Amino acid sequence: MYRYDSYDQSIVDARVEEFRDQVQRRLTGALTEDQFKPLRLMNGLYLQLHAYMLRVAIPYGTLSGKQMRKLGEIAAKYDKGYGHFTTRQNLQYNWIKLADAPDILAELATVEMHAIQTSGNCIRNISSDQYAGVSADEVADPRPWAELLRQWSSFHPEFTYLPRKFKICVIASDDDRAAMKLHDIGLKLVSKDGVIGAEVYAGGGMGRTPMVAPQIRDFVPEEEIISYLEACLRVYNRYGRRDNKYKARIKILVHEIGVEDYKRQVEEEFAHMRTLGLNPPTEELDRIRAFFANPAYDTGLDEEIDLADPAFALWVDRQVAAHKAPGYAIVNISLKPLTGIPGDASAEQIELVATLAEQYSLDELRVTHAQNLVLPHVKKTDLYAIWQKLEEAGLAEANLDLITDIIACPGLDYCALANARSIPLAQKIAQRFAAAERQAELGELKLKISGCINACGHHHAGHIGILGVDRKGVENFQLSLGGSGAEDTSLGQITGPGFSEDGVVDAIEKVTDLYLAQRESGERFLDTYRRLGMKPFKEAIYG
Amino acid sequence: MKILTGNDLVSGDVIWWAGDGWSRQVGDSADVSDHGDDLARTEEAALRVVGAYVIDATVTDEGVRPAHIKDRIRALGPTVRPDLNLKPNDADAGNWVI
Repeated sequence: MYRYDSYDQSIVDARVEEFRDQVQRRLTGALTEDQFKPLRLMNGLYLQLHAYMLRVAIPYGTLSGKQMRKLGEIAAKYDKGYGHFTTRQNLQYNWIKLADAPDILAELATVEMHAIQTSGNCIRNISSDQYAGVSADEVADPRPWAELLRQWSSFHPEFTYLPRKFKICVIASDDDRAAMKLHDIGLKLVSKDGVIGAEVYAGGGMGRTPMVAPQIRDFVPEEEIISYLEACLRVYNRYGRRDNKYKARIKILVHEIGVEDYKRQVEEEFAHMRTLGLNPPTEELDRIRAFFANPAYDTGLDEEIDLADPAFALWVDRQVAAHKAPGYAIVNISLKPLTGIPGDASAEQIELVATLAEQYSLDELRVTHAQNLVLPHVKKTDLYAIWQKLEEAGLAEANLDLITDIIACPGLDYCALANARSIPLAQKIAQRFAAAERQAELGELKLKISGCINACGHHHAGHIGILGVDRKGVENFQLSLGGSGAEDTSLGQITGPGFSEDGVVDAIEKVTDLYLAQRESGERFLDTYRRLGMKPFKEAIYG
Repeated sequence: MKILTGNDLVSGDVIWWAGDGWSRQVGDSADVSDHGDDLARTEEAALRVVGAYVIDATVTDEGVRPAHIKDRIRALGPTVRPDLNLKPNDADAGNWVI
């Protein structure tokens, strides 16, 4: 894992003290709320439906045990004993007191964490593949690039006041586990003639105008990625709309001027950038890369897993993925208990996962955009012990990528922007489909719920997506089918008129019944939908 | 009736104007008639509230009820965490917001 150098630490520490002074001036009235609001947002502090909410960045979703433990300590000490892992690989605390915010940031800084650029019209937390560095199919570990981008984008003076927020994702596998093409810029590391570089995609996103990012370059050599991104951002910063926040994202610019014109302008800017010497020295990337070298894996490990316990066998089958090192496995920890809140974890659960990471996963864990956790380096011989501890803590649900592994935004229970509640609906769906046999029969089925058009719950990318809307003061839910955030990225299509909360659960049951009746061998729900089209599903729902 | 709500500047707690100060219980809300905006400015300047705004509400058998579901959830707390809302011992409290 990357460790801060003195420069990283000093700028984070300085920001904490700067914010402490700003909070003090707000509390004494020297700053009005209008003056203070942009300052607190730059430090991830929102005023939400019930209280102040603090969004903490988890760069590319990677944490050490010590960092995770600190997140749990903060939840217990300053919040109401829990935190919420988000679809941006961040963590949110829902009940923060303004006066405590500087102390929380100071505590985060002691473990090389912060909340900088988790809000505002700047480059946000860089996201990546939760299997980075451990999956066998990647061409390179994307984390050194994600870390380089983190450093490049932190306090970047030219890109601190962009037309709108800006999200970048880096992956390095054909399997896209990070919804790369639904970011403002997506990078896919590839190898060309033995040289590592990146395919670049620009102008993707969800929200009220969802778009899949088109490819704007098939290869940028690794040593020029930074200057190419500078060119992409410069064109956006110059021509992105500032007159209408709903049309200010880069996807609108790329759409309005056209991909070819955007590419042309980026190439012209890139040609200029190449003359400026902006690319980081090779030694810097090498320095960063050294932090992500393979850990010292033990060798000669037993590959066999004793699956005599059926509940354990079910969990292994669902939650454990192949690791590149012999004798090791990747463990996915579900934060989707059937009666729980998607993405929420108690302080005690956070503490437990921190301990498991330290004891069993070479002191490392990951946060996924699907609001789950990952222990990336687990010996197969340790799986049973881990499962037992997760089981005791209510963290052993075996539902990865199944219908109850629901992504849900906080919705109207917590969010001031929301129009409808996401979490109670997620719980009703999970209850309806709770039977393990039924979930297994349905197979991979990604269900995603957003409580408003901002789409934090990624409903556009759900095999089944649900959008909550406000219909004359009453919650109403639109159903969509056919979305995907994976390598076969697509946007879901709305089925028709919306439903009540119970009505949409019934509609989902009709849709899944049709799938089971119509599927061909090996087809996932998404495959059957794509083969049949919307019409039969619509008929099944509306008659 | 018109009532005034906002968040406590320091704690962030949802608060309701009770006529002579702020309360954390929506049931204590006072009708601010057409004085809400003036009150909001005065109270914000006094650093007692942030983000204050006027909403419609009605008086029911169960007390003051904000007109919009968003404000009813603000009044109660998250419906999915009854242990944290203002009626932790009422299993049906969530129904109040619907």
